Amino acid sequence: MTPPRLELRHVTKRYAQTVANDDVSLVVNPGEIHAVAGENGAGKSTLMKVIYGAVQADAGEILFDGRPVAVRSPHDARALGIAMVFQHFSLFDTLTVAENVWLGLPPSARLVEVTEGIRRKAAEYGLDLDPEKPVHVLSVGERQRVEIVRALLAEPKLLILDEPTSVLTPQAVEKLFETLRKLAATGCAILYISHKLDEIRALCHRCTMLRAGKVTGTTDPSKETTASLSRLMIGAEPPRLERGPPSLGDLALEVDRLTLPKIDRFGIALDGISLGVHQGEIVGIAGVSGNGQQELLAALSGEDPRADEGMVRLFGKPIGRLGARGRRKLGLHFVPEERLGRGAVPTLSLASNLLLTRDEALRWLGFIDRKALRDQTSGIMRRYWVKASGPGAVARSLSGGNLQKYIVGRELDAVPKVLVVAQPTWGVDVGAAAQIRAELVALRDAGCAVLLVSEELEELFAITDRLHVISKGRLSPPIHTAEATVELVGEWMSGLWPGGPAAAAAATAPAGAPGAPAGPGSPP
Amino acid sequence: MSGVELLVAAMLSAGTPLALAGLGLLVNERAGVLNLGAEGTMLVGAVTGFATAYHTGSVTLALVAGALSGALMGLVLGWLVIWLNTNQYATGLAVSLFGSGFSAFVGLSYVGKQLVERPFPRVPVLSDVPLLGPALFRQHPVVYLAMVAAGAIALFFYRTRAGLVLRSIGESPVSAHALGYPVRRIRLAAVVAGAALCGVSGAYLSVVYTPLWVEGMVGGRGWIALALTVFATWRPGRILAGAYLFGGVTMLQLHLQAQGVEIPAQFMSMLPYLSTIVVLVLISRNPLWIRLNMPASLGKPFFPTG
Amino acid sequence: MIRLEPRPVPSLAMSVLSPAIALALTVAAGFVLFLALGKDPGRVLQVFLLEPMNGVRALTELGLKSTPLVLCALGLALCYRSNVWNIGAEGQFLMGAIAAGGLALFVTQESLAVSRWVFLPALVLAGAAGGGLWAGVVALLRDRFNANEILVSLMLVYVANLFLSWLVFGPWKDPHGFNFPQTMAFAAQTELPRIVRGMRLHWGSLFALAAAFVVWFYMFRTYHGLQLQVGGPSPAAARYAGFSARSAIWTTLVTSGALAGVAGAFEVAGPMGQLTPHVSSGYGFTAIIVAFVGRLHPLGCVLASLLLSVFLIGGELAQSRVGLPSALTGVFQGVLLLSLLACDTLVHNRLRLGRAR
Repeated sequence: MTPPRLELRHVTKRYAQTVANDDVSLVVNPGEIHAVAGENGAGKSTLMKVIYGAVQADAGEILFDGRPVAVRSPHDARALGIAMVFQHFSLFDTLTVAENVWLGLPPSARLVEVTEGIRRKAAEYGLDLDPEKPVHVLSVGERQRVEIVRALLAEPKLLILDEPTSVLTPQAVEKLFETLRKLAATGCAILYISHKLDEIRALCHRCTMLRAGKVTGTTDPSKETTASLSRLMIGAEPPRLERGPPSLGDLALEVDRLTLPKIDRFGIALDGISLGVHQGEIVGIAGVSGNGQQELLAALSGEDPRADEGMVRLFGKPIGRLGARGRRKLGLHFVPEERLGRGAVPTLSLASNLLLTRDEALRWLGFIDRKALRDQTSGIMRRYWVKASGPGAVARSLSGGNLQKYIVGRELDAVPKVLVVAQPTWGVDVGAAAQIRAELVALRDAGCAVLLVSEELEELFAITDRLHVISKGRLSPPIHTAEATVELVGEWMSGLWPGGPAAAAAATAPAGAPGAPAGPGSPP
Repeated sequence: MSGVELLVAAMLSAGTPLALAGLGLLVNERAGVLNLGAEGTMLVGAVTGFATAYHTGSVTLALVAGALSGALMGLVLGWLVIWLNTNQYATGLAVSLFGSGFSAFVGLSYVGKQLVERPFPRVPVLSDVPLLGPALFRQHPVVYLAMVAAGAIALFFYRTRAGLVLRSIGESPVSAHALGYPVRRIRLAAVVAGAALCGVSGAYLSVVYTPLWVEGMVGGRGWIALALTVFATWRPGRILAGAYLFGGVTMLQLHLQAQGVEIPAQFMSMLPYLSTIVVLVLISRNPLWIRLNMPASLGKPFFPTG
Repeated sequence: MIRLEPRPVPSLAMSVLSPAIALALTVAAGFVLFLALGKDPGRVLQVFLLEPMNGVRALTELGLKSTPLVLCALGLALCYRSNVWNIGAEGQFLMGAIAAGGLALFVTQESLAVSRWVFLPALVLAGAAGGGLWAGVVALLRDRFNANEILVSLMLVYVANLFLSWLVFGPWKDPHGFNFPQTMAFAAQTELPRIVRGMRLHWGSLFALAAAFVVWFYMFRTYHGLQLQVGGPSPAAARYAGFSARSAIWTTLVTSGALAGVAGAFEVAGPMGQLTPHVSSGYGFTAIIVAFVGRLHPLGCVLASLLLSVFLIGGELAQSRVGLPSALTGVFQGVLLLSLLACDTLVHNRLRLGRAR
């Protein structure tokens, strides 16, 4: 019997405060696609770093093809035949595809040979890739292909993919799965890191679940339901959000054919974006990252005041040129995607960070009333269950979830008339995520107009009333969320809505592709 | 020699220290490290070069001493900035201040001393070509060294894998680290090499260009070289061109004085500094253009997280 | 093997200890250096560090020397906290001195009988205007053309130096000064009043202390001051909040230029009493070190300026009493700053033994 390609026995890794991996054991056979699943913070990334040699385990063994090995660095890993495609690409924008791939391979190869090799591999797997192009002109999906080709050229025996689909449209995901199945058929073992249960059920032969550093179970995902997998992953059923139909008020936020040229070579130009958000509803914008969300959000928050006056209106009042502070005075608040560095200054206290968007504690001539500020901060911390040592706690000492709760709380506490929020539950533990989503729904029920920009389809389907999709700087018409399906949204993400930008590069999957994730309303 | 010949000759010899320092800074910055210690490094190179030339009588040894002392300063800066991740601006300034004080201190015993004049070899045949022959080919070997260095550096960066690796580190040290490259060691090597070039530049100033030692004799060339790297969009050939242009400006003041133009000496001396400001304004006006060409990680700290 | 491990929260204790450790390292380096130069290290250190604090007169001299340092460093602290790298305090100091000197020269030449209460505020204004305008050039070029403020401010130092040189060698030269490059001595009514009769310490020092308090209040108790401190480390957060980065550039540069200019004015109307090419003994650059050693905090700047004044005076004393060149002071300043930067890593990182994991 052939030995397993990779075996981990009782691997443990401790960091200063926590045990990232606690007595983890798993087995991956040649030709097997093995998922390692868990929510954020479960220990998946650390485990991969151990396998890849970026960190050393404190205890346990690693066996490769049945023999114990010591993987002390990525060099050792590569020598064994382990290749990794990272979630955040290790690419150099100013270099060509061929040069990028070359840098990831051992020095013995020559650039010309590598270029040939890229063409061959790309053809073999049906991947569309031009080795001479500089990376900065490539789309996110194409960049991932560069990473994958780089891994394939190393003729790996074990390929690790870390959250590969977070930047792909559903159709592109299907194409990736084809590539992976082909690769597995050649005998390569694949480790697939993800928290997306539907994908795991569609692609993987086996699945190891991690929760808080420990293995909670190893199953065949095709025999499980999403609910049972979810129970293994987070210990409970996915939380269900109850909400009634929206009761609409006035048109609070209106975007009227917003058009903005791109700010630098890496940006996206906005082209004729139009949408409206009424009081009492949550409107969502779905889209793969890098399609203009950042630019749209900056134009809405006031960080980018280049738009024509009338392109953004608040209760009919043109605010396109108004700065962020002016918009807040009119009742428009914004929760940005980045917590540290944008939503809050990492080195300042929570109290000082309050002053970024709130000015109630300011007195004459800008003098800060420190007692009032502290009280105000404590109030917000209490009401939104922010766990920290006090208002004087430095922002970066809080966990991601707690800081996000504080930032959301800071904006909600201002009783905004319009709230624009981006990726509110990214990197946040399940409990805090549920709380934040409940707050947003409560806000909507209280009559606020909420615009939610998110890459998590699950989140958008859970709490929005209407939905748009953004693709290449253009916005689709709205659709009632109840009438939307994941498949439709996926097509629209490639620009394929009626009248949208025809996306020639999008990999179109046949309609009704087997294993495509189910939409809301279908049985779990 | 006619006026034009004098000007060309002067451009080459006056531009060489800027070229050498600029090339050194180019190597640093391509790796992503901003070296504000260039002025201090050049001063240290100048004083060690002069001292060596004074005691040994050898220009070559003096240049080597300049390179070594520059490399040492680069080592200090590199260790602080790359391994301890200190702020690149503050550390560079500190190195400049230290270099300034140190060179003043060591140079005290050499003020007013003279070096033995030594003729240097001239390029045969070519240096007798009429018109620009003498101007171009009777220069000190270091002038040609700068040109050769520019060519070698260009070859290194654009035709070798090692150069590609260095450029990639300058663009994204995180990605290079993820690919397994020893980012910190390579960066340190780049800093030391670049600083050595700055040291040679300083030694050239004190041993060849004006063979004497005066406190602060580098006169801001280290700072001007920093502006030069931006002006040249981090390309070796353009650094040479820019350096010679600046060298020409420096000479302009002497030329104008020789012509009897009635401007006080101090205002003429301001020319190089004012031109640097003008150049900075011209090249900075388009931030997009700079971002297209600048090594993306320049000035930012790098933390190799596990 | 020793390595650094990041701390989750910066250590306040190390923040305060770090300058002390850096000082200790510098003294140790000095010890070794003096030994190598064949001098008695104990004696030299005593002259260098203790003599400057010996006696009332010595203390007033310390106060006098630290006045320009405090004023310049306060402005630089404001700049550096906002990530505006003003290196040209020296030039702004000189322009303030020139403006004030010009005013004093005018009064002296015209033999104007002005009351102290009129002249001194005018002096402060002139100094502030001179330095502030010079820094304003840097702000303008940075704001309009995105020109790097480090290089521009530094180039302007050289220009200011040459300008001063031209003035004292040319149009402002004292016709009865035996052709020395200096202006005539300023009239008595232009002199800064002294605090204690017989000592050189003048009211400018009290102004400096008051300025330290005002800057502290501005930095830590006002909204505008907070805005500056956000923009430095987190420009994205400043944009999010709607703080103006342009306003930060202008405010910090012009303020620090004005403070440096006032320092120059005090130096000219105080101890010097005339304009010469040596108005500044590198105060603008020493102030950079003061700002860092003082942790970019106004109180720290006051304490650090006293420390560096000890160095400066100590260096002069060492030259006259022990025969060591005063150029050594420059070396120590450099070593102090380098040690401080190295020690500062311990504020954000812990030392750990063992292999990297």
